[in-house]
Amino acid sequence: MTMRRSMLFIPGNNPGMLQNGGVFGADSVILDLEDAVSPLEKDAARRLVAHALRTVNYANSEKVVRINSLDTGLTEDDIKAIVPCRPDALLIPKVQGPADIQKVAALMAAAEGPEQPPVQIIALIETPRGLAEAYNIATADPRVAALAFGAEDYTAGLGATRTKEGQEILTARCWLVNAAAAAEIDAIDTPYTDTADEEGLIADIALAKQLGFKGKLSINPRQVEHIHAGFSPSAKEIIWAEKVIQAISLAKEQGTGVIAVDGKMIDAPIVNRAERIIMLAQLLGLQKEAYHD
Amino acid sequence: MINAVGRELPDYLDGFGKIKPFNGAFATLPDMPRQSPKVKRMCPGNHKVLNDLEEVFTKIPIRDGMTLSFHHHFRNGDGVVNMVLATAAKLGLKNLTVALSSVFPVHAPLIDHFKSGVVAALDTNYISGPVAAAISQGLPARPTILRTHGGRARAIECGQLHIDVAFIAAPATDCYGNINGVSGPTACGSLGYAFPDAEYADYVIAVTDHLEEYPLSPISIPQTRVDFVVKTDRIGDPKGIVSGTTQITKDPVQLKIASLAAQAIKASGMITDGLSLQTGAGGASLAVASFVRKMMRETGIVGSFALGGITGYLVQMLEEGLFKKIVDVQGFDLEAVRSLAANPNHLEVGAGFYANPFNSGCTVNQLDCVILGATEIDTNFNVNVVTGSDGIIMGGSGGHSDAAAGAKLTIIVANLLRGRLPILVDQVMTVTTPGETVDVLVTEWGIAVNPLRNDLLERFKTAGLPVKDISELKRIAEDIAGIPQTNRSQGKIVAVVEYRDGTIIDIVRQVPK
Amino acid sequence: METAQIAHSGTLESNDIMITLSVRPPGSGQQIEIQSIVMQQYGDAIRQTITDTLNYQGIIDIYVKAVDRGALDCTIKARLLTAAARAGFKLKEDNDL
Repeated sequence: MTMRRSMLFIPGNNPGMLQNGGVFGADSVILDLEDAVSPLEKDAARRLVAHALRTVNYANSEKVVRINSLDTGLTEDDIKAIVPCRPDALLIPKVQGPADIQKVAALMAAAEGPEQPPVQIIALIETPRGLAEAYNIATADPRVAALAFGAEDYTAGLGATRTKEGQEILTARCWLVNAAAAAEIDAIDTPYTDTADEEGLIADIALAKQLGFKGKLSINPRQVEHIHAGFSPSAKEIIWAEKVIQAISLAKEQGTGVIAVDGKMIDAPIVNRAERIIMLAQLLGLQKEAYHD
Repeated sequence: MINAVGRELPDYLDGFGKIKPFNGAFATLPDMPRQSPKVKRMCPGNHKVLNDLEEVFTKIPIRDGMTLSFHHHFRNGDGVVNMVLATAAKLGLKNLTVALSSVFPVHAPLIDHFKSGVVAALDTNYISGPVAAAISQGLPARPTILRTHGGRARAIECGQLHIDVAFIAAPATDCYGNINGVSGPTACGSLGYAFPDAEYADYVIAVTDHLEEYPLSPISIPQTRVDFVVKTDRIGDPKGIVSGTTQITKDPVQLKIASLAAQAIKASGMITDGLSLQTGAGGASLAVASFVRKMMRETGIVGSFALGGITGYLVQMLEEGLFKKIVDVQGFDLEAVRSLAANPNHLEVGAGFYANPFNSGCTVNQLDCVILGATEIDTNFNVNVVTGSDGIIMGGSGGHSDAAAGAKLTIIVANLLRGRLPILVDQVMTVTTPGETVDVLVTEWGIAVNPLRNDLLERFKTAGLPVKDISELKRIAEDIAGIPQTNRSQGKIVAVVEYRDGTIIDIVRQVPK
Repeated sequence: METAQIAHSGTLESNDIMITLSVRPPGSGQQIEIQSIVMQQYGDAIRQTITDTLNYQGIIDIYVKAVDRGALDCTIKARLLTAAARAGFKLKEDNDL
C-alpha cells in the first residue's frame, strides 16, 4: 500500500528546493513543472527535474512529477523527458475526462523503458467538467492510482469565490471522495493555501479526513507534520480496528455468521476500513503506542 | 607537540610566547591568584570630565606598547574604537594591543592601524568583516589571540590579559562616571562584556554622548572604577547597535532542523519545570526557541531562565511567564533593552559571571540546554566557528565553547550542506569547541549523537527520532555533493585559538590573497 | 552553426549555476571560465563535469562561462544542456548520464 498522507509540491526550476525535497519526510514529493515554472523556463525545469529524479536522494518519499496539461502542448515532451527517469507517478493537471487519461497513458507506455515498472497516474481534478467525470477518470486506465482535488481553479471555474471556510467546495470534495472510493483508489485533498495559519490548517485537515480523503496536497514543507498527524490513525481508531480484526477471526474459528463489535454489526466495508487502519498503523509503527495513551 | 584534539602546535610562538596545549575541557586547573589592579583615590572637589580623548591620552598618559580595551555591545554601530585609535595614531603612538571583545565590519580602519604599526596585536573573541580577512592575510605584526567570552573574562581576572586602559562606550553616564546601557540615544542594553575590563583595568574611561544628572540610575558600572569621563557628539550608530526585530527563519530546511532539535530536547526529558536554555539569535537557533515555546505552552511547564544573547523573542517568553528570569550578558534588539530597563527579573550580568571557568561558578554551568551553530563539525564532534572551509577567519567562539562546556545538553544545529559544502568533515579546519563538550548534531538529514552520550541515543531511538551514526551522515553529505578538496595552508601562524581555560586548542595560518 | 550564438540558462540563486554559452568557429576548441563560491573545494569537479558533458555531446568549439552558487553536479549538467539546446545544438539523449 502506498501511503499518500502528504504530497508536497517542490518547484521544478529551483535547484535548492529540488535537492532538499527529500528531507521533509513527506509521503510524496511532487516535482512541479506546471504552475511553479514560468513559460520561458519550461525546458530548463524539465531537464533539472529529469536530472534530479536520477540523482537526488528523496529518501522514503514517493517521487511524483506534475507535468503540464494537455492544452499546453508541452505534455508529450514532458513525458518523454520525465518517464524514463523512473518517477513513481505523474500528476496530470486539469484532467477533463477519461480520454485525457488514455492519451497520457499511451504516451507514458511509449516512453517507458523495457524493464521499467509502469509509472502511475494521479489525476488532478480542478475543473467542473473534470469533477463531473471523476469516476470515469478514476477508472479510465489501471495506472490511475488516486484522484487529487485542486480547489482554486475549480472554484474559479464555478464562478464562485474561494473562502477559508470552503462551503463552495464541500460538494466537490464529497463527490470526488465518492468517485475515488467507487473506483477503489485514494482521494487526495486540495492544498491549504494560507501557510501562516496553523489552526486553520489543522481544522481543514480534520475536515478532509472526516470527509474520507486519505491525504492532502501541500505547498509548504511546514505543513507536512500537521498533515501526518491529521491523517495517521488515532489510538482510538487503532484499538477499534484491532477489535474488529479479532472479532472476525474469532467468528471464522467458531463458524458464527453474525459479528458485532461494541454492539455494532460488522460487514465487509467496515472490515476493509479496519484492515487499512491496521496497515497504516503498522507502516507508521503506531500499534504499540496506541495502548500507552 | 600535539594537543588533546590532535592538533600540531609549536611549543613557542614569536609575539605570543610559550604555548600551553589544550588537554581536555576540564583538565587544566588554575594555579594563580586573581589579578589586582592599581589602587586609586579621588579627593573631594576633583573632577572626572575631560574635554576630549586627546586629554585622556596625555593625562594618563598612554604610551607605546600599552593595551587598550573595548567592549562590543555597539556591534556594527560602534564609533568608539575608531575614535580612540584615530587619536592614538594622531599622537604618533605605536605597538598598541587592542583588546576588543568582538570585531565588526565597522572596525575596518583597524587595518590601516595594523599597517602603520599603531596597533601591533589584536585580542578578541569574534571577528567578522574586512579585519578578519586582513588577519588571515598576515596582519598585524603579532598573532591575534582568539578567546571565548568566558575565556576573555578569565584572562583579565587571572592576569593573562593585563589592560592598561579600558575605554567603555557608555550609552549613559554622569559626571562622576556611573554608567548604564539602557538610556541615551545609543542604548544597547546589557554592558556585561565590559564588566571585567572596568573591574581590572589600570585606568577606566567612560566615552559617552549622553551625560545625565548625578547620580545616574540604574548603575551598571559604578563610579568607583571609572577614572575619567569624555563626552563626544556621537559614540555610535543606533541602527548598527540594535535591530528593530529579530525574525525567526522562514527557510523550510532550517525550520525542519529546528523542529528536530526541539524534539531532541523533549526526548532528552528536559521539557520540565525549571528548564534553563540558551539559544543564539541566528535563524535556526531562534526557531528552536519557537518550537520549545510551543511545547512549554502545551505542557504548561515554566522554565527557570534563558541565558546568553537576548532577543525580543526571549523577552516575550519571559513576559508570557514561560521563563522566570532572563540572564543577559548582551542584548540583540530594542525589546531586550526595554525589558532590561523595566523588568526586575531580567538580570544584567558580566562576562565572568556568565562564563569564566576559573571562578567559583559561572552561569553556563547551570544551563540545561544550549543550541549552537557550526561552520564545520567533524566526526569527533569537534566544532569550527573560527574559519571558513577555506581557512579564512570569519568568526570566533564568542560564547560557543563556554556554553557547550557548561550545559547538560549541547545541541549543534546546522545544515548538513551549506550551498554545496558539507559541514560534516573528517577534520575541521580549526577546532574551536572540543567534541567532548558537544552532545548532539541535528541536521536536515538526521541526528547524530556523541558516542559519549549513549543515554541520549537510547532516549532518541525510543522517541522515534531519525538517529544516524555521524559517519553515515557524512557519507550522505558526500553522496549528494561529492568529496570537497581541502587545502591546508602552510603559511605563518596568524592567530591562536585559546580554549576558555587558557590552553591553546588550535592555530590559524596565513592564507594567501 | 556559422555565426556565434549566445545562450543562457540558470540563475544566480543559491544552489544554482548560471551558464552562458557562446558558439565559436570550428577549430576554436573549448574555453571554460568558472566563478564559484566553492572554487577551492569543487572548482576542479565543476570543470570536469562541464568538460565531460560537452565531450559526450560532441560540442567542441564553445566558450562556456559558469557562475556557480554551489550547484550540485546534476544541476550543472541540466543547466549546461539547457543552454546547449537553447543555442541550437541537437543533443543526444542523456538518459544514461
